[in-house]
Amino acid sequence: MKRSQKTKTLLLKVAIHLAALLPIINLYIDAFADQLGADPVKAVIHYTGIGAFNLLLITLCISPLAKLLKQSFLMNVRRLLGLYAFTYTLLHLINFIAFDLQFDFSLLLSEIIKRPYITIGMLAFVLLILLAITSITKLKRSMGSNWQKLHNFNYFIVFLVAVHFYWSVKSDVSEPLLYFMMSFILLMWRRKKIQRWF
Amino acid sequence: MLIKSPKPSALKENQVTDEGIYQSRRTLLKSLGFIGASGLLAQTSTANAGLFDLFKKNPVKAFTVSPLKYQQAPLEISVTAQILTPEAKVTSHNNFYEFGAQKSQPAQLAQQFKVKPWQLTISGHCNNPLTLDYDDLFSSFELEERIYRLRCVEAWSMVIPWLGFSLTKLLQKAQPNSRAKYVVFETLYDPEQMPGQKNRRLGGGISYPYVEGLRIDEAMNPLTLMSVGLYGKTLPPQNGAPIRLVVPWKYGFKSIKSIVAIKFVEQQPANTWNTLIPNEYGFYANVNPTVDHPRWSQASERRITSGGLLARNRIKTQMFNGYGEEVAELYKGMDLSKYY
Repeated sequence: MKRSQKTKTLLLKVAIHLAALLPIINLYIDAFADQLGADPVKAVIHYTGIGAFNLLLITLCISPLAKLLKQSFLMNVRRLLGLYAFTYTLLHLINFIAFDLQFDFSLLLSEIIKRPYITIGMLAFVLLILLAITSITKLKRSMGSNWQKLHNFNYFIVFLVAVHFYWSVKSDVSEPLLYFMMSFILLMWRRKKIQRWF
Repeated sequence: MLIKSPKPSALKENQVTDEGIYQSRRTLLKSLGFIGASGLLAQTSTANAGLFDLFKKNPVKAFTVSPLKYQQAPLEISVTAQILTPEAKVTSHNNFYEFGAQKSQPAQLAQQFKVKPWQLTISGHCNNPLTLDYDDLFSSFELEERIYRLRCVEAWSMVIPWLGFSLTKLLQKAQPNSRAKYVVFETLYDPEQMPGQKNRRLGGGISYPYVEGLRIDEAMNPLTLMSVGLYGKTLPPQNGAPIRLVVPWKYGFKSIKSIVAIKFVEQQPANTWNTLIPNEYGFYANVNPTVDHPRWSQASERRITSGGLLARNRIKTQMFNGYGEEVAELYKGMDLSKYY
């Protein structure tokens, strides 16, 4: 890799760390101090949920952007973005279990079974765990071509997350629909790859 | 000698305390006006912000509320709950889609709302239809304080010290006749003032005006309150100024805000949420831990009080929100899983 490419990658990574971490730190400081509106629990759940979705979509933008702009160094930050998408998802779930359900695990279990939008959310989370674990370089190497197959599940995950968001909304669905559209556009970019599945 | 025996749903007055708020409330009343407003401004909420809208923050000039004179309510009705929800939270966490579908929006978008002049008409199947002007809302009946639990259908709850009068007093004045089987309530329709009525997206896709209804015996129950104030003062617009309904044993969406019309009718009216999503929201909407919302459990709820993320506030939901002693009789023999 050229030196300038390395510098660019490094700078971009620092920027991603800051952009992903600072809002979260700020969020939890406010939430613990009860400075996040009347219901800090809902606030942190929604913030980390929508944040995870945003990060997932940004991750999916990377390879099209790298090709369009002919900036191959962008590919170097894709794993980092994906891992932050996973981190936000993990926080989203922890918020739900720890602060909303307050460790009522029987309620958690019945909600996962009874509520389709939570079932789907959990499925997306489990798949994301697999992707996060297999992002370790050693595992990636040992998996060979299976790695790409597994990580193509990301397209399916985005779809699940879009449905999860849509079903969780009370009445106005315009925001979920916007996210559906963004997901759709990013998936269309990969339509040939996806068609091969069927 | 009058001997009062409090009902089981009522706790003793000394059990309703919020670390000093309640005990010193009367001496604090004068200063609360300032606390209310500044507390609201301090709570500029990032609650519903996504990563894309980190940068829009705008403090708003608060609507002016004024102190009200009122009676302490008799214990058996009023003191029924535990810890009061702080005023700043009561006035900043609102489902009032006319001013935006997000909880923090009404407190921001309703501050310019004009409540003077106001007209509330009572009409329909009655012998003495009448109209109350703004001042009549506060002077027609003696105001009393009622501390009620409010249980939202979204599984959060609050404890709020309302000021108002029993709806039954108002209805009796209008002398409903034998054809009056139901009572319909309607919120103001004024898209110029209520941005949610003008913009479908902001208003959560509801068709306005917002309509609610009660069976006549529910409306006549002494618990059913017409509220004109909270925490000792007139209602702020985000809570339904100048006058709103409070039906403490039903989910919050029944407690319609900023009412301009009450009508006696013969047929069961179509209420807004029931019309919009019939399988999720019924006409009766009684708080019922055994009948789940299709998308979440109603068996427990989170009580909004002070305390941040670590507040251990999940509690079991009570049948009729704990007011069964007063209202269970109304639904004798009804299948409440069918009439949800």
